Amino acid sequence: MTEILTRQRAYLQGLARFVRAIALLRESTAGMIGAGLVVFWVLVALSAPLISPYPPNANQVPYASPMTADPQGGIFLLGTDHLGRDILSRVIWGSRTVLVYATLATLSANLVGILMGLAAGYYRGWVDEILSRIGELVLAFPVLVLYILIISTIGSSGINIILAVTFVSAPAIMRIVRGLVLEVRVRDYIAAAQMRGENPWFIMLVEILPNVRGPLVVDGCMRMGYVTITIGVLGFLGLGLPPPDPDWGGMINETRSMALFAPHMTLFPSIAISSLVLGLNLLADGVREVSMNA
Amino acid sequence: MTKFIAKRFLLTLATMFVASLAVYLSLELSPGDVAVKVLGPYSTQEQREIWNEAHGFHDPLHIRYFRWLGNTVQGDFGESTRFKVPISEILWPRLGRTALLGAMVFLIVIPLSLTLGMLAGMKEGSLLDRFISILSVITTSVPEFASAVLLAGVFVFWLVWLPGTSTMSNGFSLREMILPVMVLVLYDFGYIARMTRASMVEVMTRQYIRTAVLKGLPYRRVIVRHAMRNALITPFTVIMLQFNWLLSGVVVVEFFFAYKGFGGLLLEAALNKDWFLILACTMVSVLVVVGAQTVQDIGYAFLNPRIRFK
Repeated sequence: MTEILTRQRAYLQGLARFVRAIALLRESTAGMIGAGLVVFWVLVALSAPLISPYPPNANQVPYASPMTADPQGGIFLLGTDHLGRDILSRVIWGSRTVLVYATLATLSANLVGILMGLAAGYYRGWVDEILSRIGELVLAFPVLVLYILIISTIGSSGINIILAVTFVSAPAIMRIVRGLVLEVRVRDYIAAAQMRGENPWFIMLVEILPNVRGPLVVDGCMRMGYVTITIGVLGFLGLGLPPPDPDWGGMINETRSMALFAPHMTLFPSIAISSLVLGLNLLADGVREVSMNA
Repeated sequence: MTKFIAKRFLLTLATMFVASLAVYLSLELSPGDVAVKVLGPYSTQEQREIWNEAHGFHDPLHIRYFRWLGNTVQGDFGESTRFKVPISEILWPRLGRTALLGAMVFLIVIPLSLTLGMLAGMKEGSLLDRFISILSVITTSVPEFASAVLLAGVFVFWLVWLPGTSTMSNGFSLREMILPVMVLVLYDFGYIARMTRASMVEVMTRQYIRTAVLKGLPYRRVIVRHAMRNALITPFTVIMLQFNWLLSGVVVVEFFFAYKGFGGLLLEAALNKDWFLILACTMVSVLVVVGAQTVQDIGYAFLNPRIRFK
């Protein structure tokens, strides 16, 4: 009983710390703007079925000819695209695709990268040697070249994009984690845990990981920005998710050749992706600023 | 120092070797027969066999790999299945064009970002610092393809000042270079500027800067003689890392503006499963990245004696 109570109390304390940490972000204007932008897009993505005026893939030709930039008296606020689909609806639904895949890919890359980094930094020796060499090899390739090679080899689909992002980003995350672990592993409490005979993975995950989380949160925000750009770039190069479901990069790719007479079709997805990435970068800045002051 | 450099070069060679092996193996494992790509989907099995036989695809893997490696080292990359010419004929001119693009970008990015970073970092929290910081975070947040779309929208369609494609079909044209360079500069400068700023801010808090100010040196002299030298070490490493990002950006920009460079070639090769061309392009890009890393390591040791004597 007491054990449950202590656990509950620990949980509540953790929650309170978390809330306080978020409240700290108020200190940073940049962080607040960033958080605002990110929250905006998350809300848009969550409520897509409610706020999107039309189905994203339905063509509206009976009501507006394709490539209409004019809102038609507020019926198609951002106009229609080359297939006569409502651009506002597509941008709204596209936020789902982008956010879901960017989040999953970043999480998956972090999971793999953190585990690799913990192992490399904690075990040292040959484990470190092998993991670091693999990491160096991956980092020897220009990022986008690697993405193009992987996606053109294994084909483009949501799951493959996540796999590719994991493969490309995990070594970079591993490097960061490894460096942090090297600093922490010589502390007394690690020696104490070793003395108690704790399992190495328990030490890594419970004793070390929580103490190196700060830089990882900042890196995670920025990395999610990169991943968003990457997903956009892949879509833009025609290596992204298969049509017709909207994703912002793909929307730009489909319509860019017609930008000469209908620039609005490329403009809005561009603004959407830029604002999301800007939000993530500002958020990362804010978190860094706050964690430095705290 | 010589030993250090020799060691770095050996490491570079080893990385290149392993990278080539990795790429070769991954292409080997990827689905799709080269013969089908060359002869088309309606070729008979017999034709494919003959082609494979003639091009040595029936040899064991290691023999093919080392034959390819040997040829590549001698500058013979094999033949492109898409362009039907020896790869060296298309690779070098394309690479040259991209090098030109990259050189122009660097020529603008480096002075621009270093100056902005220094100005911002000189006085942390000043109005100028805020402006530069906001500018750099915004420009690095706009992906290259989005800024390409936006800039093309402004300069090509609205103002009609610049051409929207950079095919260079009528010979070299500086006007056609402006937009690609602008897009890359816009995306790249923010990161270096931020790094320079951070480094400068850190240096400005050091004791020797305070000493220099207190002993009555003019502010300009403190910045130029004392702060700048130490603040430039970090940006140097960052600039070398930019080769990696630049090669990525180049793919997008060349694709968007139809600039006939290396990035576009690589993309085309990958999309068409042009086996030897993919290999050649990948190895060249790895060489650029690893080479830049090596130069960075050596330069860093050169700039920062503390590393060298460790």
